Amino acid sequence: MTRALWTHLVKDLRIEWRSLDALISMLFFSGLVVVLFSIAFDPRGEVSQQIAGGVLCVATMFASVSALNQAWAREIRHQVMDAQRMVPSPAAELFLAKVIVNFLFVSIVQIILAPFFLIFYNLHIAGQGWLLLLVLPLGTWALVGNGVFFAALSMSSRNRELLLSLILFPIFIPALLAMVQATTAIFTGAFEPTLWIKLLLGYDIIFTTVSLLLFDVVFHAE
Amino acid sequence: MKKTIFTLYAAITVALMIWGYYQAIYVAPTDALQGEIFRIIFYHVPLFIGAFLFFAISLCGSIGFLAFRRTHPEWAQSADAWALAGAEVGVVFCSNALILGSMWGRRAWGIWWTWDARLTTTLILWLIYVSYLLMRRFAAGPQVQTLAAVLGIFGALDIPIVYMSNRWFRTQHPAPVFGGDPGSGMDKSMLVPFGWNVMAWLAWGILLLILRHHVERQNQKFAEDEAAESLNASN
Repeated sequence: MTRALWTHLVKDLRIEWRSLDALISMLFFSGLVVVLFSIAFDPRGEVSQQIAGGVLCVATMFASVSALNQAWAREIRHQVMDAQRMVPSPAAELFLAKVIVNFLFVSIVQIILAPFFLIFYNLHIAGQGWLLLLVLPLGTWALVGNGVFFAALSMSSRNRELLLSLILFPIFIPALLAMVQATTAIFTGAFEPTLWIKLLLGYDIIFTTVSLLLFDVVFHAE
Repeated sequence: MKKTIFTLYAAITVALMIWGYYQAIYVAPTDALQGEIFRIIFYHVPLFIGAFLFFAISLCGSIGFLAFRRTHPEWAQSADAWALAGAEVGVVFCSNALILGSMWGRRAWGIWWTWDARLTTTLILWLIYVSYLLMRRFAAGPQVQTLAAVLGIFGALDIPIVYMSNRWFRTQHPAPVFGGDPGSGMDKSMLVPFGWNVMAWLAWGILLLILRHHVERQNQKFAEDEAAESLNASN
């Protein structure tokens, strides 16, 4: 189990390390979204506390789509996908490796973005700040897990980059709602984020399990 | 024979629809608190029951397709047609129920729409099935049925979240009328018209479903014939 997963993981990390395509584009794009939102909503005073959680989550979401579109497109060149299909190890391992790699990328972007974000929006965290270390990874996992799955699903379509957003966003909405509510609760300290964290956890468990079970079908669809 | 039964069923459905309309508008008493506007419940709730039923049929079709696609290709094709028909009729029912609910909200709450949990999650459900239909349109090629089946299963996973959200979250939507807290429920004078309308709308939906399934099966057969013809021509 672990060896094939590890191989895929190292391979994807090495490819990314050599070009840094996904990381740089995600960083710049999420930074842009943060700036665009601050122009659209004028985050001064109380308002910034209220909308910061939402902006952070939506910025992450839009940015990660650019990386998710790359996730499988990289494998098309030189018929790597066909080679992957013939590998005897289960496809779920390949899927899990891709999810972990993209989860790492998005998390790195979030970590780099966080200080700028705090400065731009003049944030002071009124709730329990350490809970962010739970909420953001859970939300990111939900996004990336489904994203990698649907990116594989939309690979064969004519306009796959459009299709990924069209099918990923509706299914991600419940998790986005939970993520936004939880981060807003932490930033403002106005209410308890516990229920929303539980919802995120449940969402992650359900969708990761189903993705792992169904990935083989998607991968070998003919 | 098949045609006769279908015509008979269609006639019964139309009769049921007329009878249901009569029951809802003329027989059921006016609600003590809400007045006439409450009659929307006779359409709103049956339509949602229908939507959930047809989405469930779509899910069964998706699962059936994945289960039979290797062993019984003919069954799998039929299951795929059920999945598509269920999703389409479900979207129609869900759209109508959302519009009716919005009209009720305008009178009862004074607003057309509110971002309460139940409304939001239902809208998400609607979006998911619309994206399912979009995907079936965009993704061309032989693998579209498999991919659609997988997406159909993902979409269906959202349904329990929609249903439970009414109880999990604080919500502006009325508490469940049936099977809710003690004191919920409907008076018998309203329950009978309600039952007729549920039957009428389900019968109508099933009629549409059967028609749509039939059309899709014909489409599949045409596509098969075309493929066979071009294969023969090239030989």
